[in-house]
Amino acid sequence: MVIVEQQKRVLLQGNEAIVAGALAAGCRFFAGYPITPASEISELLSVKLPELGGTFIQMEDEIASMGAVIGASLAGTKSMTATSGPGFSLMQENIGYACVAEVPCVIVNVMRGGPSTGLPTSPSQGDVQMARWGTHGDHPIIVLAVSSVSDCFSVTIKAFNLSEKYRTPVIILSDEVVAHTREAVALPDAEQIRLIDRIKPDVPPEWYTPYADNNRGVPDMAALGDGYRHHITGLIHDDRGYPTQNSQEVEKFHKRIHGKISKGFQEIMVTKAHLMEDAEIFVIAYGSVARSALKAVRDARAEGIKAGLLQLITLFPFPRKSVDTYLRQCRVVIVPEMNMGQMSREISRINQANCRIVKHNRIDGHLINPEEILRHLTTV
Amino acid sequence: MKSDERYEIRFSGSGGQGIITAAVVIADAVGSFDNRYVCQTQSYGPEARGGKSKAEVVISNSPIDYPKALGVDLLLAMTQTACDAYFFDIKPEGLLVVDSGLVPQLPTSRAVSIPFTRIAREDIGRELVANMVALGAVGYLCRQVSLESLKQALLSRVPKGTEQMNSEALQAGIEEAKKIDLDSLPRSVLSDWDDEL
Repeated sequence: MVIVEQQKRVLLQGNEAIVAGALAAGCRFFAGYPITPASEISELLSVKLPELGGTFIQMEDEIASMGAVIGASLAGTKSMTATSGPGFSLMQENIGYACVAEVPCVIVNVMRGGPSTGLPTSPSQGDVQMARWGTHGDHPIIVLAVSSVSDCFSVTIKAFNLSEKYRTPVIILSDEVVAHTREAVALPDAEQIRLIDRIKPDVPPEWYTPYADNNRGVPDMAALGDGYRHHITGLIHDDRGYPTQNSQEVEKFHKRIHGKISKGFQEIMVTKAHLMEDAEIFVIAYGSVARSALKAVRDARAEGIKAGLLQLITLFPFPRKSVDTYLRQCRVVIVPEMNMGQMSREISRINQANCRIVKHNRIDGHLINPEEILRHLTTV
Repeated sequence: MKSDERYEIRFSGSGGQGIITAAVVIADAVGSFDNRYVCQTQSYGPEARGGKSKAEVVISNSPIDYPKALGVDLLLAMTQTACDAYFFDIKPEGLLVVDSGLVPQLPTSRAVSIPFTRIAREDIGRELVANMVALGAVGYLCRQVSLESLKQALLSRVPKGTEQMNSEALQAGIEEAKKIDLDSLPRSVLSDWDDEL
């Protein structure tokens, strides 16, 4: 929520800022199917990508969209798609494929009320656990949440960087409020932005082992067409990329793809602490609700209550260390969510300090307002 | 304005009246041209065509946390239905601005009635630009935006070929608002007997 001062500011919608972030991160391929409230992302990229020599394809559905994104990324192009709940459901099978084949890509899910077609134009946070566990099998994945227009820009760049560095799908969870809120933001110049690209093999093609482990746990990635032999499959595979049922190879594979994310916990798990230094009671929030929570915390401070906010940018892997620190520091935590309590489950799971957890859930298609959170802060 | 104070404008009317466009233009003027903090949100849904339409603009000198309106300082209502639906959380010292031709029943006497649609139709020649006439009046009455910025933002946001017409509409709204004497209005939207009770 920080705006850089003294630079030329432009009025952007959250969805437009995601596009700006994706283009700044080097995304040059988008395949998708329009859906409210994510359509502006497709609409704008359909104009911008061709101008930059990139490719935009409107696919027949979201299953195919995710397939096309995986193909484009394997060919060496940073790729993304954007959708909402119903489309995100369709993408799950191929997201699993991207996890197993270790294909970098970014999936934006602008959450709307569900289940099913639900409430197309209303905000929700109902897809939090689905973003983590939507595809089957034990898989690692990174899920980031945005709460403001400037977040939409910077978090999208971070999503691409993480996906390239760890060869993994990264999911950005936005919601209808963030997507359609306009704010004036100053976007940083290209030279101020740090970009990470996947590491290509530096060995001759005949020496290349596509899934060979290294100290990062992230194999070097040749682009299809570069002349390197590269076998890609959704089956559990050995170092060469060929299917295997050998128990040692299977276990090694699983441990590596989980381990590569664990090794990066430090940089992957991002949280923002607001007024937490002396807090005795705090709120954990993410997405648009974090903005309501910040207002509530400021109002509580004005009433003399030592309140703070821990805003989660990274939802998964769950930022356990930071959450745990504050659970030990404070006596109560309020967890407001536009769902029935999907993130509060994670907090309960790690709550060894026995901090009192107060859930606040709103599922009527409206953003939680500061007053609702303030009421908890003043009464618990 | 204290640093953390908010000024909130709500534009309301019916889908197709250009309610959201008007809000986007003033948000652009405040944020990109006047360099203040601004947050613009909108109600978005089946009511996008016909039915109620709503857009909100929050203005502040410091970063804005909650993006939607909490207590409205200025409510523009371009239909009676919108006026009835969105008047409820206006601040006591807030101001109601309505299209006099479309909102016959006022919930308060602290209201400014201007025939935006008639001015657009008869003086500018297109009913379509009633939103820009209203924007001119809102921009003037709210005292939160430089009128020069408002004109520039408008030019950068309207379709090519319609700049002249839209600018004239904005100016017409500003001129109408200049005729209003705000001091002659009651200080509060609450009626006098509310205080006595």
